Amino acid sequence: MKVSNVPDAHAVVASLQQEVPGAAFEAAPTVDLQATIYVARDDVPAAARALRDRPELRYSLLAELTAVDYHPRDPRFELVYLLVSLEHRSRLRLKVRLAGSDARVQTVTGIWPAANWLEREVWDLFGITFDGHPDPRRLLMPEDWDGFPLRKDYPVQIKMTPRASEPLQVTEEEFKANLERDRLTRG
Amino acid sequence: MGLEADFEIPVLTTTVEKMVQWARRSSIWPVTFGLACCAIEMMAMSCSRYDIARFGAEVFRGSPRQSDLMIVAGRLSRKMAPALRRIYDQMPEPKWVISMGACASIGGVFDNYALVQGVDQIVPVDVYVPGCPPRPESLIYGIVQLQRKISLQKLT
Repeated sequence: MKVSNVPDAHAVVASLQQEVPGAAFEAAPTVDLQATIYVARDDVPAAARALRDRPELRYSLLAELTAVDYHPRDPRFELVYLLVSLEHRSRLRLKVRLAGSDARVQTVTGIWPAANWLEREVWDLFGITFDGHPDPRRLLMPEDWDGFPLRKDYPVQIKMTPRASEPLQVTEEEFKANLERDRLTRG
Repeated sequence: MGLEADFEIPVLTTTVEKMVQWARRSSIWPVTFGLACCAIEMMAMSCSRYDIARFGAEVFRGSPRQSDLMIVAGRLSRKMAPALRRIYDQMPEPKWVISMGACASIGGVFDNYALVQGVDQIVPVDVYVPGCPPRPESLIYGIVQLQRKISLQKLT
Protein backbone atom coordinates (compact mmCIF):
# COMPACT_ATOMS: atom_id res chain seq x y z
CA MET A 1 0.00 0.00 0.00
CA LYS A 2 1.29 3.45 -0.81
CA VAL A 3 2.23 5.47 2.23
CA SER A 4 1.11 8.76 0.79
CA ASN A 5 -0.92 9.76 -2.23
CA VAL A 6 -0.10 12.94 -4.05
CA PRO A 7 -3.41 14.69 -4.75
CA ASP A 8 -3.85 16.36 -8.10
CA ALA A 9 -4.23 20.06 -7.40
CA HIS A 10 -6.50 20.53 -10.41
CA ALA A 11 -8.81 17.74 -9.23
CA VAL A 12 -8.98 19.33 -5.78
CA VAL A 13 -9.81 22.69 -7.34
CA ALA A 14 -12.49 21.08 -9.52
CA SER A 15 -14.27 19.47 -6.59
CA LEU A 16 -13.94 22.65 -4.51
CA GLN A 17 -15.52 24.64 -7.31
CA GLN A 18 -18.58 22.40 -7.19
CA GLU A 19 -18.98 23.17 -3.49
CA VAL A 20 -18.13 26.87 -3.61
CA PRO A 21 -19.22 28.17 -7.00
CA GLY A 22 -17.89 31.55 -8.02
CA ALA A 23 -14.85 31.36 -5.76
CA ALA A 24 -11.37 31.95 -7.20
CA PHE A 25 -9.20 28.87 -6.72
CA GLU A 26 -5.80 28.46 -8.29
CA ALA A 27 -3.71 25.31 -8.59
CA ALA A 28 -0.02 26.13 -8.15
CA PRO A 29 2.88 24.00 -9.41
CA THR A 30 4.98 22.27 -6.75
CA VAL A 31 8.18 20.25 -6.81
CA ASP A 32 7.55 18.21 -3.67
CA LEU A 33 4.98 15.50 -3.04
CA GLN A 34 2.39 17.94 -1.89
CA ALA A 35 -0.17 19.75 -4.00
CA THR A 36 -0.64 23.47 -3.49
CA ILE A 37 -3.75 25.52 -4.11
CA TYR A 38 -4.41 29.21 -3.58
CA VAL A 39 -7.70 30.47 -2.22
CA ALA A 40 -9.01 34.02 -2.11
CA ARG A 41 -9.26 35.43 1.39
CA ASP A 42 -13.04 35.72 1.52
CA ASP A 43 -13.55 32.09 0.46
CA VAL A 44 -11.44 30.58 3.25
CA PRO A 45 -14.28 29.41 5.56
CA ALA A 46 -16.34 27.86 2.74
CA ALA A 47 -13.30 26.24 1.15
CA ALA A 48 -12.09 24.90 4.49
CA ARG A 49 -15.47 23.36 5.22
CA ALA A 50 -15.58 21.76 1.78
CA LEU A 51 -12.03 20.43 2.15
CA ARG A 52 -12.99 18.81 5.44
CA ASP A 53 -16.41 17.47 4.51
CA ARG A 54 -16.43 16.43 0.87
CA PRO A 55 -16.02 12.63 0.66
CA GLU A 56 -13.32 12.75 -2.04
CA LEU A 57 -11.27 15.26 0.01
CA ARG A 58 -11.80 14.70 3.75
CA TYR A 59 -8.90 16.84 4.95
CA SER A 60 -9.93 16.31 8.54
CA LEU A 61 -6.61 17.25 10.17
CA LEU A 62 -5.03 20.68 10.23
CA ALA A 63 -1.38 19.80 10.74
CA GLU A 64 0.04 23.31 10.69
CA LEU A 65 -0.94 26.89 10.09
CA THR A 66 1.76 29.47 9.57
CA ALA A 67 2.52 32.57 7.54
CA VAL A 68 5.26 34.03 5.39
CA ASP A 69 6.13 37.71 5.17
CA TYR A 70 7.27 38.69 1.65
CA HIS A 71 7.90 42.32 2.58
CA PRO A 72 8.12 44.61 0.60
CA ARG A 73 6.20 42.66 -2.06
CA ASP A 74 2.47 43.16 -2.29
CA PRO A 75 0.40 41.17 -1.37
CA ARG A 76 2.71 41.01 1.54
CA PHE A 77 1.63 37.93 3.53
CA GLU A 78 0.87 34.37 2.60
CA LEU A 79 -0.97 32.17 5.05
CA VAL A 80 -0.12 28.48 4.72
CA TYR A 81 -2.50 25.77 5.92
CA LEU A 82 -1.05 22.26 5.85
CA LEU A 83 -3.88 19.75 5.67
CA VAL A 84 -3.86 15.99 6.07
CA SER A 85 -6.47 13.56 4.85
CA LEU A 86 -6.19 10.46 7.02
CA GLU A 87 -8.79 8.71 4.93
CA HIS A 88 -7.12 9.24 1.55
CA ARG A 89 -3.53 9.32 2.87
CA SER A 90 -2.74 12.64 1.27
CA ARG A 91 -1.53 16.07 2.21
CA LEU A 92 -2.50 19.43 0.79
CA ARG A 93 -0.99 22.90 1.09
CA LEU A 94 -3.60 25.64 1.12
CA LYS A 95 -2.33 29.18 0.70
CA VAL A 96 -4.01 32.55 1.11
CA ARG A 97 -2.52 35.84 -0.09
CA LEU A 98 -3.08 38.81 2.22
CA ALA A 99 -2.36 42.48 1.61
CA GLY A 100 -0.16 44.17 4.20
CA SER A 101 -2.63 47.03 4.61
CA ASP A 102 -5.54 44.69 5.35
CA ALA A 103 -4.06 41.55 6.92
CA ARG A 104 -7.17 39.85 8.24
CA VAL A 105 -8.98 36.60 7.52
CA GLN A 106 -11.90 34.61 8.90
CA THR A 107 -10.99 32.09 11.58
CA VAL A 108 -11.21 28.35 10.90
CA THR A 109 -11.42 27.33 14.56
CA GLY A 110 -15.01 26.22 13.97
CA ILE A 111 -13.83 23.77 11.31
CA TRP A 112 -10.54 22.55 12.80
CA PRO A 113 -10.32 23.20 16.57
CA ALA A 114 -6.53 22.78 16.25
CA ALA A 115 -6.48 26.18 14.57
CA ASN A 116 -7.06 27.93 17.90
CA TRP A 117 -3.47 28.14 19.13
CA LEU A 118 -2.02 28.19 15.61
CA GLU A 119 -4.01 31.29 14.76
CA ARG A 120 -3.02 32.86 18.05
CA GLU A 121 0.62 32.23 17.18
CA VAL A 122 0.27 33.75 13.71
CA TRP A 123 -1.46 36.77 15.22
CA ASP A 124 1.23 37.05 17.88
CA LEU A 125 4.20 36.96 15.52
CA PHE A 126 2.85 38.33 12.22
CA GLY A 127 -0.04 40.53 13.29
CA ILE A 128 -2.54 38.85 11.00
CA THR A 129 -6.01 39.24 12.49
CA PHE A 130 -8.35 36.25 12.59
CA ASP A 131 -11.91 37.53 12.69
CA GLY A 132 -14.21 35.53 14.93
CA HIS A 133 -11.43 33.86 16.89
CA PRO A 134 -12.75 32.74 20.30
CA ASP A 135 -9.60 33.69 22.24
CA PRO A 136 -7.55 36.33 20.41
CA ARG A 137 -4.64 36.72 22.84
CA ARG A 138 -0.90 36.56 22.32
CA LEU A 139 0.55 33.09 22.66
CA LEU A 140 4.35 33.33 22.82
CA MET A 141 5.22 36.95 23.54
CA PRO A 142 4.27 38.74 26.78
CA GLU A 143 0.68 39.94 26.69
CA ASP A 144 1.58 43.64 26.69
CA TRP A 145 4.15 43.28 23.90
CA ASP A 146 4.24 45.96 21.24
CA GLY A 147 4.76 44.91 17.62
CA PHE A 148 4.96 41.63 15.71
CA PRO A 149 8.47 40.13 15.81
CA LEU A 150 8.43 37.90 12.74
CA ARG A 151 7.55 40.73 10.38
CA LYS A 152 10.47 41.55 8.13
CA ASP A 153 10.43 45.23 9.11
CA TYR A 154 10.55 44.51 12.84
CA PRO A 155 13.64 45.91 14.65
CA VAL A 156 15.11 42.62 15.84
CA GLN A 157 17.85 44.04 18.07
CA ILE A 158 15.37 46.10 20.03
CA LYS A 159 16.83 47.69 23.17
CA MET A 160 14.56 48.00 26.13
CA THR A 161 14.70 47.29 29.81
CA PRO A 162 13.45 43.81 30.66
CA ARG A 163 10.68 43.65 33.20
CA ALA A 164 11.56 41.95 36.47
CA SER A 165 8.01 41.64 37.76
CA GLU A 166 4.54 41.12 36.41
CA PRO A 167 1.23 42.27 37.86
CA LEU A 168 -0.56 39.93 40.23
CA GLN A 169 -2.90 37.47 38.56
CA VAL A 170 -5.52 38.22 41.24
CA THR A 171 -6.68 41.49 42.76
CA GLU A 172 -5.67 42.39 46.28
CA GLU A 173 -9.19 41.62 47.56
CA GLU A 174 -9.17 38.18 45.95
CA PHE A 175 -5.73 37.52 47.42
CA LYS A 176 -6.93 38.39 50.91
CA ALA A 177 -10.10 36.33 50.44
CA ASN A 178 -7.96 33.34 49.40
CA LEU A 179 -5.83 33.69 52.52
CA GLU A 180 -8.92 33.93 54.69
CA ARG A 181 -10.45 30.84 53.07
CA ASP A 182 -7.22 28.90 53.60
CA ARG A 183 -7.18 29.93 57.24
CA LEU A 184 -10.79 28.79 57.75
CA THR A 185 -10.33 25.43 56.01
CA ARG A 186 -7.28 24.67 58.13
CA GLY A 187 -9.36 25.29 61.24
CA MET B 1 43.09 29.29 69.26
CA GLY B 2 45.68 27.62 71.39
CA LEU B 3 43.48 26.72 74.36
CA GLU B 4 43.26 23.09 73.27
CA ALA B 5 46.33 22.04 75.25
CA ASP B 6 44.69 23.27 78.48
CA PHE B 7 41.82 20.82 78.28
CA GLU B 8 41.81 17.11 78.92
CA ILE B 9 38.92 16.50 76.52
CA PRO B 10 39.46 16.84 72.74
CA VAL B 11 38.08 20.26 71.76
CA LEU B 12 38.68 22.90 69.10
CA THR B 13 38.11 26.59 69.54
CA THR B 14 37.18 29.00 66.74
CA THR B 15 35.09 32.08 66.16
CA VAL B 16 31.40 32.01 65.38
CA GLU B 17 32.09 33.87 62.16
CA LYS B 18 34.53 31.29 60.87
CA MET B 19 32.21 28.45 61.75
CA VAL B 20 29.25 30.07 60.03
CA GLN B 21 31.33 30.77 56.94
CA TRP B 22 32.52 27.16 56.92
CA ALA B 23 28.96 25.85 57.30
CA ARG B 24 27.63 28.08 54.54
CA ARG B 25 30.30 27.38 51.97
CA SER B 26 30.28 23.64 52.63
CA SER B 27 26.59 23.11 51.93
CA ILE B 28 25.58 25.27 48.99
CA TRP B 29 22.27 23.88 47.85
CA PRO B 30 21.40 25.04 44.32
CA VAL B 31 17.83 25.50 43.20
CA THR B 32 16.86 23.40 40.18
CA PHE B 33 16.71 26.07 37.51
CA GLY B 34 17.88 24.91 34.09
CA LEU B 35 16.87 27.19 31.23
CA ALA B 36 18.66 25.76 28.19
CA CYS B 37 21.61 23.64 27.03
CA CYS B 38 23.82 24.89 29.90
CA ALA B 39 21.53 22.89 32.18
CA ILE B 40 22.83 19.68 30.58
CA GLU B 41 26.36 20.57 31.69
CA MET B 42 24.99 21.53 35.10
CA MET B 43 23.38 18.08 35.40
CA ALA B 44 26.62 16.44 34.28
CA MET B 45 28.40 18.39 37.00
CA SER B 46 26.08 17.02 39.64
CA CYS B 47 26.45 13.41 38.47
CA SER B 48 29.08 10.91 39.47
CA ARG B 49 31.77 11.72 36.88
CA TYR B 50 32.27 15.32 38.03
CA ASP B 51 30.51 14.92 41.37
CA ILE B 52 29.98 18.25 43.11
CA ALA B 53 29.19 16.29 46.24
CA ARG B 54 32.93 16.72 46.84
CA PHE B 55 32.16 20.39 47.47
CA GLY B 56 28.93 19.84 49.36
CA ALA B 57 26.79 21.35 46.60
CA GLU B 58 25.09 18.30 45.15
CA VAL B 59 21.67 18.67 46.74
CA PHE B 60 19.57 20.32 44.03
CA ARG B 61 16.34 21.44 45.65
CA GLY B 62 13.01 21.57 43.87
CA SER B 63 11.87 24.43 46.07
CA PRO B 64 13.56 27.84 46.16
CA ARG B 65 12.73 28.04 49.86
CA GLN B 66 15.31 25.35 50.62
CA SER B 67 18.06 26.73 48.38
CA ASP B 68 21.09 28.96 48.82
CA LEU B 69 22.29 29.22 45.23
CA MET B 70 20.63 29.89 41.92
CA ILE B 71 22.59 28.73 38.88
CA VAL B 72 21.04 30.57 35.93
CA ALA B 73 21.88 27.90 33.36
CA GLY B 74 20.93 29.17 29.94
CA ARG B 75 19.35 32.04 28.04
CA LEU B 76 16.69 34.02 29.82
CA SER B 77 13.75 35.20 27.75
CA ARG B 78 11.96 38.42 28.57
CA LYS B 79 8.81 36.49 29.33
CA MET B 80 10.71 34.27 31.79
CA ALA B 81 12.40 37.19 33.56
CA PRO B 82 9.58 37.91 36.07
CA ALA B 83 9.46 34.18 36.95
CA LEU B 84 13.22 34.12 37.56
CA ARG B 85 12.97 37.17 39.81
CA ARG B 86 10.07 35.62 41.70
CA ILE B 87 12.03 32.42 42.35
CA TYR B 88 15.01 34.48 43.48
CA ASP B 89 12.80 36.46 45.84
CA GLN B 90 11.45 33.25 47.35
CA MET B 91 14.92 32.03 48.31
CA PRO B 92 15.84 32.72 51.94
CA GLU B 93 18.87 34.86 52.81
CA PRO B 94 21.78 34.39 52.48
CA LYS B 95 21.60 33.57 48.77
CA TRP B 96 23.95 33.69 45.83
CA VAL B 97 23.62 33.63 42.05
CA ILE B 98 25.91 32.10 39.45
CA SER B 99 25.39 33.28 35.89
CA MET B 100 26.34 30.27 33.80
CA GLY B 101 27.42 30.64 30.19
CA ALA B 102 27.51 33.40 27.62
CA CYS B 103 23.72 33.74 27.22
CA ALA B 104 22.98 34.25 30.89
CA SER B 105 25.92 36.63 31.28
CA ILE B 106 25.55 38.92 28.24
CA GLY B 107 22.94 37.43 25.93
CA GLY B 108 25.40 35.29 23.99
CA VAL B 109 24.76 34.99 20.28
CA PHE B 110 21.12 35.97 20.74
CA ASP B 111 21.26 39.73 20.35
CA ASN B 112 17.54 40.08 19.75
CA TYR B 113 14.21 41.20 21.12
CA ALA B 114 13.30 37.95 22.84
CA LEU B 115 16.16 37.58 25.30
CA VAL B 116 17.42 39.48 28.32
CA GLN B 117 20.97 40.66 27.58
CA GLY B 118 22.44 39.53 30.89
CA VAL B 119 20.63 38.25 33.97
CA ASP B 120 22.37 40.90 36.10
CA GLN B 121 19.58 43.19 34.91
CA ILE B 122 17.16 40.99 36.88
CA VAL B 123 19.07 39.57 39.87
CA PRO B 124 22.45 40.40 41.47
CA VAL B 125 25.11 37.99 40.18
CA ASP B 126 28.05 36.80 42.30
CA VAL B 127 30.03 34.68 39.84
CA TYR B 128 30.01 34.69 36.04
CA VAL B 129 31.08 31.45 34.36
CA PRO B 130 32.13 31.98 30.72
CA GLY B 131 31.67 29.38 28.01
CA CYS B 132 29.11 28.23 25.48
CA PRO B 133 28.26 26.06 27.26
CA PRO B 134 30.86 25.96 30.05
CA ARG B 135 32.26 22.53 30.73
CA PRO B 136 31.37 21.01 34.10
CA GLU B 137 34.91 21.73 35.30
CA SER B 138 34.33 25.44 34.60
CA LEU B 139 31.17 25.46 36.65
CA ILE B 140 32.90 23.60 39.48
CA TYR B 141 35.59 26.29 39.36
CA GLY B 142 32.81 28.87 39.57
CA ILE B 143 31.37 27.17 42.64
CA VAL B 144 34.81 27.05 44.26
CA GLN B 145 35.20 30.77 43.56
CA LEU B 146 31.82 31.32 45.17
CA GLN B 147 32.97 29.31 48.21
CA ARG B 148 36.01 31.59 48.51
CA LYS B 149 33.71 34.59 48.31
CA ILE B 150 31.43 33.16 51.00
CA SER B 151 34.35 32.48 53.34
CA LEU B 152 35.33 36.15 53.05
CA GLN B 153 31.86 37.49 53.81
CA LYS B 154 31.68 39.10 57.25
CA LEU B 155 28.71 38.41 59.48
CA THR B 156 28.28 42.01 60.53
